[in-house]
Amino acid sequence: MRGFPPVPTRWLAPQEAPGWVGPEEGAGSVAVIALPGHGLPAGALVLVRRSGERFTADERVFVRLFALWAGSAIAVARLYVEQAAITETLMAELLPPATPALDGVELAARYRPAGPGERVGGDFYDVYPVAGSGRESLVVLGDVAGKGLEAAVLTGRIRNTLRALLPLADDHQRMLELLNGVLLNDGDPTRYVTLVLASFQRRGPRVALRLTSAGHPAPLIMRNDGRVETVPAVGTLIGVLEDITSVTDAVLLEPGETCLLYSDGITEARGGPLGRELFGDERLCEQLRQCAGMPPEALAERVQMLASEWAGEGEHDDMAVVTISAPRAPGEEPPPAPGEEPPRAGGEEAP
Amino acid sequence: MSGGVEERVEALWAAATAGDERAATRVATDALDAGLPMETLLLDVVAAVQSRVGHEWAANRLSVAQEHTATAVNERVLAALAHHPTRQNDPAPGMGRIVVACIDGEWHAFPARLLAEVLRARGWHVDYLGAQVPTPHLVAHLHLTNPDAVALSSSLAIRLPAAHTAISACQAAGTPVVAGGAAFGPDGRYARLLGADAWAPDARTAADLLAAGPLPRQATSGEEPRQLADREYTDLTRSAGSLVGAVMDDLTRRVPAMAGYTEQQLERTAEDVAYLVDFLRAALYVHDPELFSAFVGWMTSVLTARGVPESAVLAALDALAGRLTGFPRALGTLARARTTLG
Repeated sequence: MRGFPPVPTRWLAPQEAPGWVGPEEGAGSVAVIALPGHGLPAGALVLVRRSGERFTADERVFVRLFALWAGSAIAVARLYVEQAAITETLMAELLPPATPALDGVELAARYRPAGPGERVGGDFYDVYPVAGSGRESLVVLGDVAGKGLEAAVLTGRIRNTLRALLPLADDHQRMLELLNGVLLNDGDPTRYVTLVLASFQRRGPRVALRLTSAGHPAPLIMRNDGRVETVPAVGTLIGVLEDITSVTDAVLLEPGETCLLYSDGITEARGGPLGRELFGDERLCEQLRQCAGMPPEALAERVQMLASEWAGEGEHDDMAVVTISAPRAPGEEPPPAPGEEPPRAGGEEAP
Repeated sequence: MSGGVEERVEALWAAATAGDERAATRVATDALDAGLPMETLLLDVVAAVQSRVGHEWAANRLSVAQEHTATAVNERVLAALAHHPTRQNDPAPGMGRIVVACIDGEWHAFPARLLAEVLRARGWHVDYLGAQVPTPHLVAHLHLTNPDAVALSSSLAIRLPAAHTAISACQAAGTPVVAGGAAFGPDGRYARLLGADAWAPDARTAADLLAAGPLPRQATSGEEPRQLADREYTDLTRSAGSLVGAVMDDLTRRVPAMAGYTEQQLERTAEDVAYLVDFLRAALYVHDPELFSAFVGWMTSVLTARGVPESAVLAALDALAGRLTGFPRALGTLARARTTLG
C-alpha cells in the first residue's frame, strides 16, 4: 500500500490479513492506516479490533492524528539516521588521527574541540612516519582562524595540501612557502593558519628534532632535570603575506625528554579559581617543570586536563597537544621529582 | 593461582610508579599466561594498584606527576590486555550492547575503562566513550546504537549536576542508566536521588547487575521530576569566581602566615577555596550537607599530609560563611562541616 499522499483507512476481513498481524482469535476486523512521511510513506499502522464495527467519528480523528504524528516522527528519525551516517563519513576525514607506534620515538596526542557538541574544530595535527627524503618523520600541529565546522573544513584542506608536500619536508621553509601560495590563491584573507612543523629522527637512544614555527606558540622542551626550554623557531603565519620568513631550530632530546607542541587554546584558556584569568605560558611552564620524566601519554593528558580544568565550565577554544619523546631505556628509573610542590589539595580523588 | 595475586599487585605497583610501561604490561600478560582469569587480573590486581595510587597521592607519598604517570601506565596495561590472545574480542552470541562513558567534565576515566574491560571479558559488546563525554554526544551515540543500557561513571561529586543532566537525557532517549563511581556516594544515594535506574559500588557488581537481565526502569514512574537547583545553588554557581576572590582577600587578612606565601602557594590556596565552593554547590544541589562535610574531612587530611594546618581549612570555612549571609542552606552546610573538624 502506498502511504503518500495519505490515503483513507483500509478495512480488511480478518482472514485477508497476513499471518504476522497476529493470530487474534475472534478478531472482527483489521484496519490498515498509512503513516504519511516526508514525501515518502513512513510505514503503516495496523489495528486489530475484536468487533466487526468500523471507527466512530471520534476514533477516526484520533487514528488520523496519531498516524500523522507517528509517521512524521518515524520520517524524522529515518532522516536523522541518514544524516548521521553522512556526517560520520565526512567527519572521518577530519577527525584527528591516532598516533602511530614508531621505533625509538614515542608520540602522544590529545585533541578537544571548543564546542561541547562538536568533534572537530580549527586545531589539527598529523603524524607522518615517513617524510622528506625518508630519514625523518614529521609532526604538524596547527590552528586555523575560526571555530567549528567551517574551520574544520579548512584544516582538512591544509592537511591534504601538506600531505602532498611531504616529499619536500626536508626544507620546512619551502613547504611553508608552497602552503602559503595555496592559501593566498584562495583570495580569502580570513583563511590563514599558524602551525609548527617538527621533523624528527632517532639517533641512537636520542631523538634529533628540527622545529619550525609559523606564527604558532613556540614548542617547549622538557629536560630531565625539570628545566622547560622555549624553542624560538619564530616565523610568519601562513596565508596572509606574500613573503613569509621562518627559522628552523635543531634540538636533541636525551632519553626521557619530551618536546611539547600545543595550540593557543591551552594557554589562552580563561578561568581558574577566580573565574576570569588566563592560564598563560608561565603557568603552563611552571606545571611542566613538575612533570619531568612523565611518559608521553600521561604528559599529553596532563596538559590538556590542566587547561580544561582551568577553563572549568566556561567556554574555551579548540585545544591540541602533541608530545614527541625519546623513550627512557627499559628499567631506568625516572629522575627524582624536582623540588617539592607547594601545598595543595583537592581534585584528584573524591572522598 | 590466586596465591599469586598479591605478588602481582606488588610487581605492578613497582612498575607503574616507576613509569615503566613495558614492565607493567609484562606483569599483566605473565599473569594471564599463568592462568589468572582476566576479571581477577583486572579487578584484584590492576584496580587494586590504581586505588593504592589514589591513597598514596592523598597521603603525599606520590607527587601529582607520579600519580599521573602511574595512572597512565595502568591505562596502557588495560589497552595491552585488549590484545592478549586469551582475550575474546568478539562479543559472545546473544549478549547485548552496553555504552560506558564518563560524565561531562569528569577526567578520571580509569574506573569506566576498567568496567568496559570487565564487560568485554564477559562477552558484552561494549562501546567505551572515554572521559568527559559531552551529553549531546552521548545521546547521539545512543540514538545510533540503541544499547541495552548505559553505564555512567563519575568520581567527583562536583559533577553531580552534570550527571543529573546526563542521566535524564539517556533515559529520555529510552536507555536505562546504571551509575557508578565515588561521586554517587558510598551507598549510591545520589544515584537514586538523580533517578538512575541502578547503581553499582564497583565494576564487578555492575557487571553482575547487567548480567541479571534488563534493568528495572525508574524513569517511567510518572512522578513530577524534582527541582534540585534552587536559588542558593543557582546564585552560588553564578558568583563562584568572585566569591573565591573575596574569600582570598578575607583569608590574607585573617591568616598572618599567608603574607609569606609565594605566588604559587597563593594560587594553590585559591584553587582549594574554589574546590570548597564547588563541593558546597554540589552539596546544595543534592540537598545533603554530609557531602560537603566528607569532602572537607578528606581535604583536611590531604592538606595536613602536606604540612598545611587544620586551622587554615577552618579559616576558609569561616571566611566563606562570612560571605554567604542570605544563604541559609549554605550556612547550615558550612556549620555542619565545621563541627566535624577538631
